[in-house]
This record gives sequence, structure tokens and C-alpha cells, in this order.
Amino acid sequence: MKLPRLENAGVEAWLVRLFDTIDEANMPWLMALCRRCEEAFGPALIDLVPSYTTLLVHYDPVRLTPGEARARLATILADLRPDDAAAEGAVKELPVWYDGSVGPELERLMAAADLDRQALIDLHAGQEYRVFALGFAPGFAFMGRLDERLEMPRLDTPRQRVPAGSVAVAGRQTSAYPRQSPGGWNLIGRTPITLFDQHRDEQSFLQVGDRVRFQPVERAEFERLGGDTRPVASQQEGRS
Amino acid sequence: MNEATTIMGKDALRVEKAGPMATLQDAGRFGVRRLGVTQGGPADLHAFAWANYLLGNAWGAAVLEITLGGLTLIAERDLRLALCGADLNATCDGEPLAPWQAFTLHKGVQLAFDSPKAGVRAYLAVAGGFRDEPVLGSLACVTREGLGGHTGEGKPLAEGEMLHVDANVVDAIATGEGRTVPERECLDYMAPAKLELIPGAQIADFTGPSLFRAFHDKWRVDARADRMGVRLTGPRLECRLGSMISEGIALGAVQVPPDGQPIALLNDRQTVGGYPRLGTLTPLACARLAQCQPDQTVYLAPVAMGAAQDAYRRFLAAFVD
Repeated sequence: MKLPRLENAGVEAWLVRLFDTIDEANMPWLMALCRRCEEAFGPALIDLVPSYTTLLVHYDPVRLTPGEARARLATILADLRPDDAAAEGAVKELPVWYDGSVGPELERLMAAADLDRQALIDLHAGQEYRVFALGFAPGFAFMGRLDERLEMPRLDTPRQRVPAGSVAVAGRQTSAYPRQSPGGWNLIGRTPITLFDQHRDEQSFLQVGDRVRFQPVERAEFERLGGDTRPVASQQEGRS
Repeated sequence: MNEATTIMGKDALRVEKAGPMATLQDAGRFGVRRLGVTQGGPADLHAFAWANYLLGNAWGAAVLEITLGGLTLIAERDLRLALCGADLNATCDGEPLAPWQAFTLHKGVQLAFDSPKAGVRAYLAVAGGFRDEPVLGSLACVTREGLGGHTGEGKPLAEGEMLHVDANVVDAIATGEGRTVPERECLDYMAPAKLELIPGAQIADFTGPSLFRAFHDKWRVDARADRMGVRLTGPRLECRLGSMISEGIALGAVQVPPDGQPIALLNDRQTVGGYPRLGTLTPLACARLAQCQPDQTVYLAPVAMGAAQDAYRRFLAAFVD
């Protein structure tokens, strides 16, 4: 780890910069930093946003001056270790039905990577991914790193409506859309898992730091698990 | 629709006509941003705070944020209300009602908001705050995420719907009696705004001429402005950094995409982003910007972090116990 840097992010937040590059190995450090901040700030902590290489720490400016908040962070950083088991991240499985009807970019990705369908599925589902950050929408997990053979830029024109559960790739990352929303990633399949539900105890199925595996399933199993088999094309009415 | 009396409170205001956008907002949704959930809350924290103050409400009590007017409400019971922020040409049964004051609205009386005379967003507070089922700890309505508000699903008010209050608080009334907003706090939203900005970590990556112009030239508020962010148009700012690895974004962050036109990020912004930032607007500068109409002129003024935080703490001290 390079020396961490503390950057001001306004009157009630510090940004802790731990690393300069994206790496799965960053995540145990960021998870440990989150935990230590929760302990050290207690009720003066308003929010935490871990993301790839940084942690945004939003504190209560009524309880702490920026100097006090900075001092607490400096104390934590002086002996930060990714020493707890939780920092290793939970293992989560996402069943995926890889099919052209729900993953319209599957064919294009096969052609670009010069792989047949099975080889592409084996490649996407054959490794573990780390959740680097959640953002864009509630429960949307940025996961990496994707095998470079599957690297593909975002669509030139984003879709107005990406169906909920759509599994997608962009650059060296992969994700799944928690709800129907606009989106520019390349769709390759769909998961039946409800990724975000505000009424659940664990609102987001995926958390920052999780280790994720995609589990290929056939259509029948996808349906049995409650998956929506309507093709992407049929959900594009009203597309502008 | 809810019954006349629910566990969440009693009927207070019925929506006779829904305008472009009126939403419930409390102080915001906190503690869940790591799940990708944004903070929400009032776009104009200043007017929000004064509206609650006028009624003696606790910090963060839920109010109605009325964007651009077009809304008509009918009182379902006698209510003690306060109106702050934009002047949306409000009327009570046809009589003009100026903002920055508390008033009583009797049962059956119509409260109507027309179109903006000054500012963009008006804040209507009720004694004790509006009540409904919180989502992830907050009533803040975020339409993009489908969270919060009076339905719990992030929807703006629609015709025929009802807003609720805690009947015990409403019927007790008197709280906050005699309170007024000091004249200097009743802001003139049509005057050019000076927005205080705390320079950020990437400030040195902008070219010298760009920095000079950023803090000396006029900026025009673009029509592309909503609760996520407000785009400013003016001199093209050159940054030596292209895009960055996405990181957590604070309220008021001023990001500069490759087109060189800054975007000030407000309450409903995405939680992470990857453009270099000029710095961070103070919370009161965000509030002021949220009242700027398209084409209005604003200036960016650098401010030292210590001075900005002192000013913010003084502001909060007037409202937070």
C-alpha cells in the first residue's frame, strides 16, 4: 500500500485515498477501514462510500470539526490492517441464464472474443469477482476484474430500458441491473435474484467487498427460480 | 389510498391538482450510501430549515418541496403551516400568500401555487412535520430510485392523494409562535448568486487560465438542472486528468467532464463518479444554486475549508438542538 492520502471533500466529508490502481487486493483494506471508521466515529458518522481505491467518510459537522475528523482518520490509518475475517468478503452466487433473448450482446461478444457460446459462458462464470463499489442505482455492483478476452466498451447509445436482472459486461467489469433502468452495458444474460429490495433486512444482495460467482442455469431452472423470460426486445416499447 | 386515520397520522392536505413535481423531503437518507442509495433531502437546505424553524419543528422534520408550482392543495383540517423559499405566486382561497412566514390554513381552504416569480422550489412545512412510512429510515423522495415520499415508492404527489400529519402535534398548534425569519435570510433568488466553493484535491490538475476563468467569469445556469445536478455553461475548463477511477461523491461536488462544462452535484446525485472535480460547493451554496432558474448568472468564489465549515456550523447551530 502506498501512503494513504486524506483529501477534503467539502465541509462534512474526507476522502481517504488508499490506492492508485484497481485491484481485488484493495478490498480487504477498504473493508477494514470501513469497520474502523464505524468504531472510531460512532454516532458522528453519517455515511461511508467505499469505492475501488478510496473511502468517502461523511461525518456530522455538528459533532466534529474537520480537524477532529481528520485526526481520527489519521489515527486509524497509522495502524490499519486487513486483519478481520469479514474483510475477506462474503461469497455470493448469482444464477444466470445466458441466452440471446435476454442477452442481446451475447452473439457480438462471442464474435469479438472468437469463442463459442459454451466457452464464453465458461469464461464469464469460471472465475470469482470482487465487488469494488455499489453505485449508479441502489444495489448495482461494479465487479471485476473481467477476463480481458471479454472486454467490450459500453454501447454507443444506452438503452432506455434495461430489464431487471440483466447481467452485463463493460470494460473489465461485470454487473447485474437490480431494477429496470436506462443503461449502456452489454447484456449477456439474466439472473432471477432480486438484487435490491428495501423491505429486506439485507436490502442489497451484493455488498462492497463480496466475492461473486455466476452460476450458469438453463431456461427451466431460471424459470423455476422466478426469472422473467420476456426478451429484452419486447421490453423496449416507448424507447426514445 | 390511505384511510382518514392511519397509524402514520391524520389527513392534512388533499391534492386537488398536482404540479410538475412536489415531493416529501426530510433531512435525507443516510447510512445506506454504500449500497448505492443516494442521500435525497431538500435541494434547498436553507429554506427547508427556516420553514421548520417557523413552526418550532425538530431539525429534519419532513416538508413538502414544491418545484415550479402548478399545485393546488385543500386543507382537510385546521393546520399551522409555514412557507419558505421560492415565490411561486401562492394564494389561499385566492388571497396572495408571500413566502417566509407561518400561517394558519383552515379546513376546506384551498392553497394554490401558480408559477415562479422568483426561485424554483418552495418549502411547505406543517407543525410536527408530515408523516408517512419511512423507507430506509427516511421519507426523502427520490424519484430515480423509486424510494421514499408519501407512497414509499419515490413518486411525486398526484391528484387525489393525501398528505398526513401527527394529529396530536397539529391540534396542539402554538409551537414556534411569534417566530419570524430575519430579513437578511429572505434571499433574493433573482440576484446573481455567489457560490462558495472549497477547492478540491484535483484543483492543481486544471490549467492556470482555466482556474482564473473559473473564479472570474460568469457562469450561466443551464436548463439541464434537476435534483441530481445542475450544469453550468461558460468558459471551457481544461483539466489534465481525463477520467478517474470512480469514487464516492460528496454533496456539492463540482465535476468537470471532458466538455469542460462543470456540473454541481446535488442531493439525488449518483453515489460514485469518475470525473475530476474543481472542488465542493458549500451546503448553503448548493441550496442557493437549487433556486436558480435556467439562464440565471452565478459566480464561483473559492473559500477556505475552515471558514466554510465555521459558517456551516453557525447555520446549523440556529436549528439543531
